[in-house]
Amino acid sequence: MSALQTPERELPAALADSRGQGGRKVRNTIATVVMVLAFVIAVIPLVWILWTVIEKGASLLVDSTWWLNSQRGITPRIVGGGAYHAIVGTLLQALATAVIAVPLGIMSAILLVEYGASRIARVVSFTVDILSGLPSIVAALFIYAFWVTTLGFSRSGFAVSLSLVLLMVPVVVRSTEEMLKLVPNELREASYALGVPKWKTIVMIVLPTAFSGILTGVLLGLARIMGETAPLLILVGYSQSINMDLFSGNMAALPLMINNDRQQALEPAVERVWAAALTLVLIVLVLNIAGRAIARFSSLRK
Amino acid sequence: MSSITGPSGDRGRRRLGDTLFGGGAGLAGVLVIAIVVFTGVFLAISAVPSVLDDKVNFLTSTEWQATPGDLRFGILQILWTTVSISVIAMIIAVPLGVGNALFLTQYAPKWLARPAASVIDLLAAIPSIVFGLWGIQIFAPHLTGLQTFLNDALGWFPLFSGPVSTGTVFIAGIVLAVMVLPIITAMSREVFAQTPAANKEGALALGATRWEMIRTAVLPFGRAGVISAAMLGLGRALGETIAITIIVSSVAPGAGFFTSWLQGGETFASKIANNAAEFNNPESTGAYIAAGLVLFILTFVVNALARIVINRRKAFA
Repeated sequence: MSALQTPERELPAALADSRGQGGRKVRNTIATVVMVLAFVIAVIPLVWILWTVIEKGASLLVDSTWWLNSQRGITPRIVGGGAYHAIVGTLLQALATAVIAVPLGIMSAILLVEYGASRIARVVSFTVDILSGLPSIVAALFIYAFWVTTLGFSRSGFAVSLSLVLLMVPVVVRSTEEMLKLVPNELREASYALGVPKWKTIVMIVLPTAFSGILTGVLLGLARIMGETAPLLILVGYSQSINMDLFSGNMAALPLMINNDRQQALEPAVERVWAAALTLVLIVLVLNIAGRAIARFSSLRK
Repeated sequence: MSSITGPSGDRGRRRLGDTLFGGGAGLAGVLVIAIVVFTGVFLAISAVPSVLDDKVNFLTSTEWQATPGDLRFGILQILWTTVSISVIAMIIAVPLGVGNALFLTQYAPKWLARPAASVIDLLAAIPSIVFGLWGIQIFAPHLTGLQTFLNDALGWFPLFSGPVSTGTVFIAGIVLAVMVLPIITAMSREVFAQTPAANKEGALALGATRWEMIRTAVLPFGRAGVISAAMLGLGRALGETIAITIIVSSVAPGAGFFTSWLQGGETFASKIANNAAEFNNPESTGAYIAAGLVLFILTFVVNALARIVINRRKAFA
């Protein structure tokens, strides 16, 4: 593109308009300062937010009650109770989502890379791009219109999982796809040369080689969906008690627990809100960092 | 690699395993396409009856009343608020994101570049409800002075008219800027890093300072990438729900059209989230789903444009 010609055309002009003014060095220094400042400005909110949740939420987390009890029978006035019901809810919904989204995402990625020439692959690739920009509230409304209104099921944890599938699939697809592309063609050719069918080559050779990329996608996808709140607001009610049943009844999740008490002014409730926020941040950050670490130390990406 | 085909079985026929597996991959692809198509279709099916029953113009009315039997709802006010918040977020996040991407690719020493990039990426890992909580309880009080000042100095201008409330469009826009920053930074960083070394070295060899090299070699090369990064960020900003729901205070129904950035309001997403409890009859639900459908179309267009821009660039490069 024009990138190659641009410097030839513009550089002399750029140099000319500042020649002899002595301002070039000054301008360069100003630019450097601005860039460093941009980075500092970006780091401030991260540190500030992390500091806030730790400062306000850490005191409850060190107590085992927090991890082992629910909020059953607890009112905003009472100190105590834990987030067990919400943690379990978040994990169960994430698990149900992963069970659907991971196979779907991996198979779609295989279609994109191993069967990439087909026309359907190009449409799928575009669709995945659209999905990755889909607002979570729209995903939730779709499942509401489809699952609740049209099929007549009631709101439940599983309905939430269905809407989260829409948000998790693009993450898994893109990460898996990227890794499958890095698998050397020689491996495939060697396998074919031994008479191994294509499907077996993919399952036995390509996928294991790309395993770390797939795992990264799954972890990052989980991190993405566990922090989502909008689908929970629309597709399930909050419950203060433990509910292990994905298919019926109200069900807690950490974002819902935060949302439920966020307007409370009473000290015990406020403390629990921040503690739940810290718990959620911890879970999501750990998944995120684990995912990125695996990607970095994978054998394919040297 | 797609050009390589596996051994084709005994008598030139496809093996059963290949047929099944290829079919499975195709099925997954079809399912992914179907999900997006069905999203549009099901939203439309639920929304159309309510929009047809709407007693005011859906696109140009500022009213929002989703009472069954007396539906009077239009999207103009929520469209205004949605666009306002997104514009504020973009005004802050695009220059900041580009600055960060330049810092990470052109300025930071090697040992710093990677960890620094991870730090920016971590911003994306913070759940939006935590952004919302922090935004209204911790961050907003710090901006009271600035907001009052804006109102005092520029109050004659409709965007900054009073009375100033606590949870405003302005604050939500700033918090949203932080939320979309990682998206814009990551994508700009990717294209800046691809600038051909020859272009950069050529500029430096001609005596350009580092900033002149960036201006003449890196930025022109990365322009398409920055545009699509900004649009992806915009897509994210338009659809953000819970952070905005928490930060922006909703305005009492019946208020006339309001334009100020220093007041509350509702976006498409926060309107739906605020009223999820009203989803008890098809008519009201349809009204909110109609808002969701407009949001779907908006983000679809923005995301599709972003991808077209970046893919065209790839085709040329």
